[in-house]
Amino acid sequence: MSFIIDYYNYWIVVFLMMAGFYIVISANNLVKKVVGLNIFQTSVFMMYISIGKVTNGSAPIVAEGITTYSNPLPHVLILTAIVVGVATTAVGLALIVRIKRAYGTVEENEFKDKDDLI
Amino acid sequence: MAVFIDLMLLGMLAITALRVIFLKDLFAVVMLFGIYSFLSALIFVNLDAVDVAFTEAAVGAGISTVLMLGTLALTGRKEKTNNHKSWLPLLVVVATGAALIYGTLDMPPFGDPNNPAQQHVAPRYIQDSPQEVGLPNMVTSVLASYRGFDTLGETAVVFAAAIGVFSLLGLPKRDRAAIESGLKSHLVLRVVAKLIIPLILLFALYVQFHGDYGPGGGFQAGVIAAAAIILYALVFGLPLATHVLQPSLLKVLAALGVLIYAGTGVVSLFLGGNFLDYNVLASDPIAGQHLGIIIIELGVGITVFAAMLAIFYAFAGQAERKNIP
Amino acid sequence: MFEQHLLVLPIVLPLIAAPICILLMKSHLAWVFATIISGLSFFISVDLLFATLEQGVLNYAVGGWESPWGIELRIDAASAIVLSVVTGISTLVLVYAKESIAKEIDSSRHTLFYSAHLLCLTGLSGILITGDAFNLFVFLEISSLSTYTLVSLASDKRCLTAAFRYLVMGTIGATFILIGVGMMYMKTGTLNMLDLANRIAEYDGNRTINTGLAFILVGVSIKLALFPLHMWLPPAYTHAPSAVSAFLASTATKVAVYVMIRFIFTIYGAEYVFFTMDMDIILMVLAIVAIFKCSFMATVQSNIKTVLAYSSVAQIGYMILGISLVSSTGLMAGLLHVFNHALMKGALFMAVGAVFYRIGSVDIKAFQGLGKQMPLTMAAFAIAGLSIIGVPLTAGFVSKWYLVTAAIEQQHWIVAFLVLIGSLLAVVYIGRILEAAYFKKPSELTEGKTIKEAPILMLIPMWILVIANIYFGIDTSLSVTAADTAAQWLTQSIPEPFVSIPSVVTEETIK
Repeated sequence: MSFIIDYYNYWIVVFLMMAGFYIVISANNLVKKVVGLNIFQTSVFMMYISIGKVTNGSAPIVAEGITTYSNPLPHVLILTAIVVGVATTAVGLALIVRIKRAYGTVEENEFKDKDDLI
Repeated sequence: MAVFIDLMLLGMLAITALRVIFLKDLFAVVMLFGIYSFLSALIFVNLDAVDVAFTEAAVGAGISTVLMLGTLALTGRKEKTNNHKSWLPLLVVVATGAALIYGTLDMPPFGDPNNPAQQHVAPRYIQDSPQEVGLPNMVTSVLASYRGFDTLGETAVVFAAAIGVFSLLGLPKRDRAAIESGLKSHLVLRVVAKLIIPLILLFALYVQFHGDYGPGGGFQAGVIAAAAIILYALVFGLPLATHVLQPSLLKVLAALGVLIYAGTGVVSLFLGGNFLDYNVLASDPIAGQHLGIIIIELGVGITVFAAMLAIFYAFAGQAERKNIP
Repeated sequence: MFEQHLLVLPIVLPLIAAPICILLMKSHLAWVFATIISGLSFFISVDLLFATLEQGVLNYAVGGWESPWGIELRIDAASAIVLSVVTGISTLVLVYAKESIAKEIDSSRHTLFYSAHLLCLTGLSGILITGDAFNLFVFLEISSLSTYTLVSLASDKRCLTAAFRYLVMGTIGATFILIGVGMMYMKTGTLNMLDLANRIAEYDGNRTINTGLAFILVGVSIKLALFPLHMWLPPAYTHAPSAVSAFLASTATKVAVYVMIRFIFTIYGAEYVFFTMDMDIILMVLAIVAIFKCSFMATVQSNIKTVLAYSSVAQIGYMILGISLVSSTGLMAGLLHVFNHALMKGALFMAVGAVFYRIGSVDIKAFQGLGKQMPLTMAAFAIAGLSIIGVPLTAGFVSKWYLVTAAIEQQHWIVAFLVLIGSLLAVVYIGRILEAAYFKKPSELTEGKTIKEAPILMLIPMWILVIANIYFGIDTSLSVTAADTAAQWLTQSIPEPFVSIPSVVTEETIK
């Protein structure tokens, strides 16, 4: 039982990561691919934040009467990673808009066919 | 109780993610992603990561979702059914997932204060940073000072994204005589927007300068301020918004923020410290740290605000162009 | 006064210059400025290279915070070699870019191009100099994001799909690296590379650490386009603007190879990766398949940029093969090939870009009869092509020589033989182009037209690389000494000051 209590969080997070990863590699629509990338990354962020959690700890901001704080380092790393994620999303979406304009479609198999024709 | 909340949220996340896989309506997919993002922000709060939750809510559920919706407006909301399904993606995912589960088996137990992650580097941040850096918010101390170089990189990433979007989509021209757009006919929306936008901007300033004491900082403030102007553009139309805040000005601001941040580092070089060593900025190290952090957070805020808004302008400009027959 | 701060400058100079480029507004000004900054970084890098050859390791505490609490910058011979290559090629490509992008990129986007190029340079330098595993991820993403932008700047619409595919693969790779770094942090509580190395050495066969290693290796393999994860590379290099192809082909994947070397040799330790996890067999097989499969693919393409792109994947195979031989000579051959391949591929892509500049096509038909019409460009292509094949007196020969030596040292006779056979495939794909250029009549693309030699600003950087190919093929003292020092350093010890349980891999334990 303690085994499950110790790890349940990581296991569900792994499931979420893989759901996102599956959307990325299986989706044919490019917008959906980007949504998948975001879900994948957000789930990885949850893994990091889980690492920093201390049972009965509180948010790492000094307050009176609190002695146990959760680890601030993973929080900092993930703040950076979230920003990186949104930056990638913006560029990816801009590419999609251009692809739509150039090819008239955002379905991967359709523009692949058009690429091969050239 | 915390475990129960955690489990419930995780369960909801799992359902959301599964729905995204099978839904064909991309509008619903994007909305579900917004929900996913909000739910994960709640999990972050539950796991004591308030700063992260704040950012995730502002970025994932806010900016990312807005940009995705903007893209859908240009590309169509239906995903086409693809006939040839392949088993390869499922195989790859199962293998990857199995590897990850294998990896979890030797992980330190969740929440244990004796975990290696809590032992080696982190205690100094928790015990000494309030004295060394002088801020109660340890996340801000680590973000801006101990790992300030990461944050400089992060600002550069935002700037790089702005460059990418500018080069791909271009910025809309400032043009007052452009077609009427926005939701001007909706009186209620207009009134509410006029009331709420100043409050949002005020809140952004609060978040910018209160980040040393509570959750917040330049990044969150920049996103919130950008959201205020985005709301303005949605209600009153892009042409009016670009008249208030010109795209070319945003380009300059985005560059300026990076220069302020990197410039602070160069100043500390000239004052005899290492790059980004704030101790030398003032006669007293604590004052120097405080000054340095305020300046660099300002740099982050300016770049993020300008870049996010300019990116939105670029997307909105595409949509306007599409509307012109 | 900047002597002790030299280490941070190759990152900070282009980082500050990138936003300034945007503010300059004028394409011409941005070009001059970017080239000067890049050249300055190059001189600093060479200075750092000589410093590391003398002193071993240089380090620097950003923000004045001692490691492992702050972010440490750390440079040894291996990073200094690759850094010199990256900044050097960047400078030459910038000189070359002025004429090239005038033809290929819309003039309103020129300042954006220079800015993105400098950001990419910032990211690559950051990866090479940082001593912190998470900081490496941040710089990796700076370089990747600007790379996607650079690729998508071309006028052909296929660059968009190529860039998108690159973005998806690149982000998956980066996320895998993030997962791996998270697992390492979970077990060690640190992100500093040296500190990680010592703390990982305390574990023996831990499942979390093993998985972390696997995810990092897969993530890095995507970034360096190791077969079979290379599918993003050929379209990206084919459809990117010529100057971008020249820059990326000779730097981006090389930096990823460096990241792999750093993770294997410095952080996890060669002993653990190769003897406990048996990664050497996997890497060796993938490398050999890459050499043959992709060299073969290169022989059947008609677009010359695609030929060169597949050839790049094959050449990456040689570098990984060097690593997988698990010896100081093998690693040195790998590093040497990183250096030499940058020189050859840079020159080749520049030559092809010059052909595109004059003819507007890079199909093999466009090359027919060019030997007479663009003699200098085609001579450059020919010499760099001979270097790819590995003809004596060129740089390519030197790295192949050491690779074969390393294979024989380890008694991998078959591997040595396969390296030689692989070179024969290079003879085919390079020879085919040279045959078209020198022995065929002009095709309908060029027939009857007078085609001028490429502009001087394109020829100068191209020929500097060609001369470097010959120079480092004859006088190997500098390149071999540097690569040898780097390899010795990486395979022998984990230096002070964190030695608690050193995972020392000496010559004896390897043999």
